[in-house]
Amino acid sequence: MKALFSQPLHVVNAGLRGFADNITSAGGTVTNLDWQPPAGADAALGWQLANLLRDPRIEEANRTAYARYLAAQPRLFDVILARDAMPGLGGGQRRILHSGPPIAWADMCGPQQGAIAGAIVYEGWADTIEAAEALAASDAVAFDPCHHHSAVGPMAGIISPSMPVWVVEDGETGKYAFSNLNEGLGKVLRFGANSPEVIDRLRWLSGEFFAVMQAAVRGLEDRNLKPLMAQALHMGDEVHNRNAAASCLMFKRLVLSLGRLELDRAMVNRALAFVAANDHFFLNISMAASKVMMDAAHGEPHSSLVTVMARNGVNFGIRLSGTGEMWFQAPANPVNGLYFPGYSIADAAADLGDSAITETAGLGGFAMAASPAIVQFVGGTPADAVANSRRMLNITLGANPAFTLPALNFGGTPAGIDARAVLDTGILPVINTGIAHRKAGVGQIGAGITTAPLECFAGAVAALAGTLEAAP
Amino acid sequence: MTLQSRTYPNLYKDSVTLMTVSAQIMAIPGIAAASVAMASASNVENLGLAGLGCFAVRPNDLIVALDGTEAACAEALIRADSLLKASASAAPDASAPEPLRSLSMAVACAPAANLALISVPGDYAAAEAMKALRLGMDVMIFSDNVPVAAERALKEFAEMKGLMVMGPDCGTAIVNGVSLGFANVVRRGAVGVVGASGTGMQELTVRIHQHGAGISQALGTGGHDLSEAIGGISMLQGLDALADDPATEVIVLVSKPPSAAVADRVLGRARGCAKPVVVIFLGADPAAVTGGNLYGAATLAAAADRAVALLNGTDVAVPAVRDMAVMTRTLNPTQRHVRGVFCGGTFCFEAQLVLAAAGHRGQSNAPVEGNALPNDIAQSTGNSFLDMGDDAFTQGRPHPMIDPSLRNARIRTEAADPGAAVVLFDVVLGYGASADPVSGLLSAIAEAKGRGSNAIFIGHVCGTDADPQDRVAIVQALEHAGVLVAGSNAEAAAWSAAILTAQMGDGA
Repeated sequence: MKALFSQPLHVVNAGLRGFADNITSAGGTVTNLDWQPPAGADAALGWQLANLLRDPRIEEANRTAYARYLAAQPRLFDVILARDAMPGLGGGQRRILHSGPPIAWADMCGPQQGAIAGAIVYEGWADTIEAAEALAASDAVAFDPCHHHSAVGPMAGIISPSMPVWVVEDGETGKYAFSNLNEGLGKVLRFGANSPEVIDRLRWLSGEFFAVMQAAVRGLEDRNLKPLMAQALHMGDEVHNRNAAASCLMFKRLVLSLGRLELDRAMVNRALAFVAANDHFFLNISMAASKVMMDAAHGEPHSSLVTVMARNGVNFGIRLSGTGEMWFQAPANPVNGLYFPGYSIADAAADLGDSAITETAGLGGFAMAASPAIVQFVGGTPADAVANSRRMLNITLGANPAFTLPALNFGGTPAGIDARAVLDTGILPVINTGIAHRKAGVGQIGAGITTAPLECFAGAVAALAGTLEAAP
Repeated sequence: MTLQSRTYPNLYKDSVTLMTVSAQIMAIPGIAAASVAMASASNVENLGLAGLGCFAVRPNDLIVALDGTEAACAEALIRADSLLKASASAAPDASAPEPLRSLSMAVACAPAANLALISVPGDYAAAEAMKALRLGMDVMIFSDNVPVAAERALKEFAEMKGLMVMGPDCGTAIVNGVSLGFANVVRRGAVGVVGASGTGMQELTVRIHQHGAGISQALGTGGHDLSEAIGGISMLQGLDALADDPATEVIVLVSKPPSAAVADRVLGRARGCAKPVVVIFLGADPAAVTGGNLYGAATLAAAADRAVALLNGTDVAVPAVRDMAVMTRTLNPTQRHVRGVFCGGTFCFEAQLVLAAAGHRGQSNAPVEGNALPNDIAQSTGNSFLDMGDDAFTQGRPHPMIDPSLRNARIRTEAADPGAAVVLFDVVLGYGASADPVSGLLSAIAEAKGRGSNAIFIGHVCGTDADPQDRVAIVQALEHAGVLVAGSNAEAAAWSAAILTAQMGDGA
């Protein structure tokens, strides 16, 4: 108080607006809050949250974790069969990975069940979809979140042992992250389709296409992904729901690599035609790069940095750097978006997929200012896109100088979500996403913008408070 | 009649907005009862008790609950909807700055912020205060209903950080010449005040201003600070801060009587202060304030007079005692009681003390020692002193300092009682108080007189010539209406006591 006597009075007014006028007319300065009850109006949790603000243990842990995120250098290391790269899928284990937090077969949404049944047929563990479903319902196949195996997958997020996976390496930590290959649009496994043409395409992807890609990737001159993604942001991508530019940039690198190899021309042409036809080709690589950046930040005790946001079509789940392997889940929020003709919100599955790892890493919705085209999905304007990126700065630990946004005067993308700030402000992480049909196999029926549910952050902050109380 | 309601999920509105909307839909003909409230546990319970229906407790949801005719309910729902939306959602302009949702956001855009003024609902106030302290700001908590444990935690944390928590339930402060909450406009000067009583501080600072002196700082502590549980942490901090403040030459401490242990601690610290300290523990014997540079006072006015005298080195001029006995000529012998109807809790308290000292006891919803609680606060008997700002009168309503209509109605009722000799009241001016505090009061008085009441109206206007309301015009209007306007609350009470004493003499 003594210090205040010798300073110009500057009041932050939280509550009755009328008090501000008095202060202004008496010559004081006022900053008014647009106050709303924090922590979802849970007063007890709000008190817990208040006591975590500027806690030196959290601040220190966040600095460390955030620095590791910034330092990460994702590089496209390889493309290889999952069973040869991922310990959890090797040695003949019957395990299938899916997107989002853990979930039992019986509780999965339509697209995820459909995709798993398709993967079981693809693996040859069953001959028909019906038999595959029966097998899935028994205990003969294990299911795990991709995130439990350093992996991410869009939509249903299915990775089974015989699928090729992108391997992204962090040059700083030496960690690896994995993602499956993008099958394009239409009837695809990630939306739950499992008809013979889908299985056939998966077989081609793990056969001829895999052979070409592996050779191309192994021959790449430039494996660095951060500069490619940064360039794509300057070309109108946010590298989540728009990957047109990044896919082109990767295509150039692959062509140069393939040009140095003596491969069958027809095979190469088919592979390149497939890549060229798919504007989302780069999405899975973007996700693996994001995953390896967030894994670099994960595991710092007491850190409130969010390292995972993922959805399984039922629940949205997050993880914090400082709370280890715990998931904090809540029902997914609805998607505000545009539907392809003939479809409506009644047809939509709940928010699905691991692709929100891009937002977790400061891309996607957080980098929306780079991608005005994306806001068309919600009838928005380029100004809305910029506003979305700016708003996210209020809940992040900083801005990533490696990913700059021209529309924000080349400021960095907001990155490093602080769960405390989300809970305190009620500003929810914004996520650009595709919308899957609730029935398996119909495919994508729209796209739009959604948010992470507040309840996840409430649970996470309460758990973090618990670890701090338990700490010496 | 039908019950109707509408729920708005995740739409938060502050209580002032809610009450404003409630009032506007209540005014629709055919609406018997209406409530617009957040679905907190206590509000949902109240809605049930009021017969407005059963609702789920969802504190972020807003409920509009109605009882009335079909047509009126339909109209009310539309009206409420447009009122709620008008202030709520003017479509977010993408180029507009992001609304500041948290203290952290505010500090990020205003790093020079150094004091947080918190008037959010009591359930959330402690958390906001803790965040403000952790961000390095001093804090004033206007909100009440903050648990004692939280108040203690806040004050201990603040003490550790060298910061001060004014409140909870702190209505008044003047910091660096700026009025916060309910406060009067007074000149800056050399008297520093630390007080646990809002209207007590207003009365002190106003009178110091009227004596030509001024206020360096007026720091509120909240009403619970001097309890055993808190131990006077804020008052001690405020005292230390003023003791070190070069602009402060005389210090005044004001509170209701603290527990003996806390009083010892506060007086002990004050004795060690190099500056004169005037202490008024309302209701405690001023003679018990001894030693060092300490001066006891029995009334707020006396404390202000003493402080200015210490500052100037000479006594202040006090108006001659006015003879009240002559005023009683118009009264009937059966008119023997005073009916006090107050906006300021401390004024109600002090008036009881002054009358009790003259032997006039009575009933009060906020009784001093020796006075009793009434059986029915709606019905006065004998001498009566009502604090209209008490929770019993303010449930779901603004404080009478903001909206004096309930207080005015009560004045009319009291004046109509043939046993009432004196109707005693206060008018509080300044920031936060009603912009027009007297027109309703004047009509209530005129109406009472029109119905044949010959009770004597005695009032006191707590305000300065610099307040946003026109003090001179208000005093003139009251005098024109036949009100005896005293110079202080204590004087108004003393006048009332003199009239009662004279009336009792007549009857004996």
